Amino acid sequence: MKDVKLRKFHAASWDEPLIMELGRKGERGIIPPTPAKKVCEDIGPAKELVPSGMWRQEDIDLPELAQYHVLQHYLRLSQETMGMDLGADIGEGTCTMKYSPKMHEQIVNSTKMTDLHPLQPDDTLQGILEIVYGLEQYLKQISGMSKFTFQPGGGSHATYTNACLLRKYHESRGELAQRDEVITTIFSHPCDGATPATAGFKVITLMPDENGYPDLEALKAIVSERTAGIMFTNPEDTGIFNPKVAEYVKVVHDAGGLCFYDQANANGIMGIARAFDAGFDACHFNLHKTFSSPHGCEGPAAGAYGVREELARFLPVPTVEFDGSKYFLDYDRPDSIGKVRSFMGNLECIVRAYAWIRSMGAEGLKTVAKISVLNNNYLDMLLLRIKGVSRPYAEGKRRLEQARYSLEQLKEDTGVGTLDIKNRLSDFGVQGYWLSHHPWIVPEPFTPEPCETYSKADMDYWAAAMKQSIEEAYEDPSFSINAPYGQAIGKIVDDSLIEDPERWACTYRAFKRKHKKD
Amino acid sequence: MKEKAFVHPYIPNSAPEVLAELMREVGITDLEELYSEIPAHLRFRGEMDLPEAMPSEYELRRHLEETLGKNTTCKEYINFLGAGCWQHHVPAVVDEIVNRAEFVSAYCGGTYSDHGKFQARFEFYSMLAEMLNVDAVSEPIYDWGTAAGFAIRMASRITGRNKVLIPANMSPERLSQIKTLCQPEGMENRILITQVGFDTTTGNLDLKDLAAKLDDSVAAVYLEVPGFFGNIEDKAEAIFTMAKEKGALALAGVDPVSLGVIKPPADYGADIICGDLQSIGVHMLCGGGQSGFIAFRDEPVYLAECPLALYTIAETNVEGQYGYAEMLPERTSYEARDKAKDWVATASGLWTIAAAVYMALMGPAGMREIGETILQNANYAKKQIGGIKGAKVRFSTTFKEFVVNFDESGKTVEAINLELQSRGIFGGFDLSKDFPDLGNSALYCVTEVHTLKDIETLVTALKEVLK
Repeated sequence: MKDVKLRKFHAASWDEPLIMELGRKGERGIIPPTPAKKVCEDIGPAKELVPSGMWRQEDIDLPELAQYHVLQHYLRLSQETMGMDLGADIGEGTCTMKYSPKMHEQIVNSTKMTDLHPLQPDDTLQGILEIVYGLEQYLKQISGMSKFTFQPGGGSHATYTNACLLRKYHESRGELAQRDEVITTIFSHPCDGATPATAGFKVITLMPDENGYPDLEALKAIVSERTAGIMFTNPEDTGIFNPKVAEYVKVVHDAGGLCFYDQANANGIMGIARAFDAGFDACHFNLHKTFSSPHGCEGPAAGAYGVREELARFLPVPTVEFDGSKYFLDYDRPDSIGKVRSFMGNLECIVRAYAWIRSMGAEGLKTVAKISVLNNNYLDMLLLRIKGVSRPYAEGKRRLEQARYSLEQLKEDTGVGTLDIKNRLSDFGVQGYWLSHHPWIVPEPFTPEPCETYSKADMDYWAAAMKQSIEEAYEDPSFSINAPYGQAIGKIVDDSLIEDPERWACTYRAFKRKHKKD
Repeated sequence: MKEKAFVHPYIPNSAPEVLAELMREVGITDLEELYSEIPAHLRFRGEMDLPEAMPSEYELRRHLEETLGKNTTCKEYINFLGAGCWQHHVPAVVDEIVNRAEFVSAYCGGTYSDHGKFQARFEFYSMLAEMLNVDAVSEPIYDWGTAAGFAIRMASRITGRNKVLIPANMSPERLSQIKTLCQPEGMENRILITQVGFDTTTGNLDLKDLAAKLDDSVAAVYLEVPGFFGNIEDKAEAIFTMAKEKGALALAGVDPVSLGVIKPPADYGADIICGDLQSIGVHMLCGGGQSGFIAFRDEPVYLAECPLALYTIAETNVEGQYGYAEMLPERTSYEARDKAKDWVATASGLWTIAAAVYMALMGPAGMREIGETILQNANYAKKQIGGIKGAKVRFSTTFKEFVVNFDESGKTVEAINLELQSRGIFGGFDLSKDFPDLGNSALYCVTEVHTLKDIETLVTALKEVLK
């Protein structure tokens, strides 16, 4: 690590105006097709086809630019975006920012994928259905579960699907009115609390014990005939694997609840430990995390949700089935919770996940898991050598694929906090890191996850950039607080407007109205 | 080393030399030691029954191409399916931009490191706001159905009421999603859904039925323009006025590609507007291109109840330069967990950039022209089909979809579609299961991608099939 030479980086800074400020009246970016002459003659003007009073009189106030300038503008904005392909994204823990193979992008952009309508007859969708069915078989092997749906359009959507399934399961037993509580843990993703709450449950959140595990004694005290289920992760965001997880499951099962394993991030335990073997009834995988589908500026994404055999009848419709010669969609599932998303979900993510598993095979998946944990243990060693960095809980216990650290010491010593360090870190040409969801149980948190994509050199570099950012804070706190310096834009000076209706503007027209008054 | 080397192009540290160095550094001789915290009874010792690894990119590509090659696409056949996922032209520049590695690979990166992503989003909010004629737009969610469900839940919280009126002619997929989001009977905070009937001539909302069902316990009236049957509501303003007289909110669901020719929803009184971005710049992707937007009045009560992320433009320390900051974060589930407004999540962010590029390319003239082309093509196809013996077209107005009834032919939609398929045509969506009152009817979709020849091919085929 001592040999690392930090880059003299500066992001592209085009000082690019808003597109609404570009172009000239009358310029055209594209010409849509016009109807055939015969159509126009036969049917008359479009305006007469719309009920009077519903015709749009005024043109939409959209920008008017030639095609070259639209392209150029958005290319510039893409250059002002670091993303993950350019700037090693070791810092965004819980998100598993792994490499998304480019070949997969070419495949999902081919006409055999882009030009499919989801309601086409099954016999014209045999290729995509084969892939959906195939991925389901693979995920069954990885999780031990019996049946999956790919309808959820993201991880939180999968936890919401689980909450809907909890309702249906208890309804089927005549206990829905009674079982109105769902338990989660504070170090599980916030959606494990938010989605059951949306589904109508009261949510109870378990806090950690002194070792960082969810408190087992507290769990025993809160389960009752009102418990619908528990929804939590393991390892939690702290990266600490809870060895007693099967006991938690048993406590909830004994009370009559179901147990859901949030495996949004399963990167460290694929092929090593399975939801089924710990007694869980259901689990989900984020295909845009563990299984390589790209994150795409926060979607499209996919939450693959799987359940035990006895719960399969509750899954959303349709399911994809195979009769030995052809694949088909099964809508005839009377106990289904219905639909959580239109059609079959984000199938482009399913194709990528399928391809990635095929590339890896069983041994490859285990190698991914082991190397992601090895990488994390190596980075952990480097980070804990940096003054001002600490890692609360479970001293001496190995973290799996990620860990949550604290810059509390740095904050106390210098007044510089984790947000400042995050802003500064990107000046070294790596993506900013993930802090933590709220509340900050770990003060001044940051949560890196150096998954299998990253080399030793990447980790050495990242740790060196962290070390430099923190040393700067000890030398000159004001320098750190005013960071960043090498980005497309400078620091936002006054963010109090995020709470101020007189000044906030989430669109350009609101901005003009509030800030550009004549 | 006990582990056999498996060197994969996606895993740099699978190379034996560096792997050994890392193991030395962390003080282990066997990778198994990394899992010392997982007790034996939780370790999976079986074999995952997966196909053999295919690390060669070429071999895997061949396999994927051969598998997906079994699909028949809407470019090979002429497609008349819509019903929530529509075939429109996606401009080349849109594809060029949404496939930029920076955008494809970006995630939650920061205000500064991912500045371009935030500016592109702000432009999306701003241009969609012009289309809808409102001042506030949030990040989108998974699809129209979820957006409509969230809009209804927002309205329920804003009004403190727990009933909603929605049209009876509604996409069955969307209806199922809304029902799921409004919760089943027996839940304490359930929102009761009542469907309002439609006029059998126009397909538009039955005002008498609306008046009968509307009272001051209703949180919102949700209306779609165009309706699921493609019908263009002509009394939108009157409907929303009736809603407001009872203290209910006005919710509109719209297809954004219609907004160059159909009045923006704010102009007929909508308070919250939702819909799907797929029609403005996203490929069908077998249903993988959906993205549900939500927009509303720029008033604190609406923003405070919106579950999704909102961003404001903000000044930086360089004069005349702007960045983007997240607004009112405390209301979202990332901060408030189970006390939040529903939930916020990774959903369909890339499609906001697709839609932004699309709207910028189209401009006011493009949006007007595409709307006109769709109106004329669809109404022409409807008229031609209406002239075929055995086919009857329903409902008086049409934007891009229309209902065709085949009762007189004595054939089922399923049988007709099978015969069309053998002629290289995907016929309309079969409505007979979800709308039995319409008899043997199908929902046909015609857009700007359909040529006169495409329509004539369909008409000729239908004449043969219905003979």
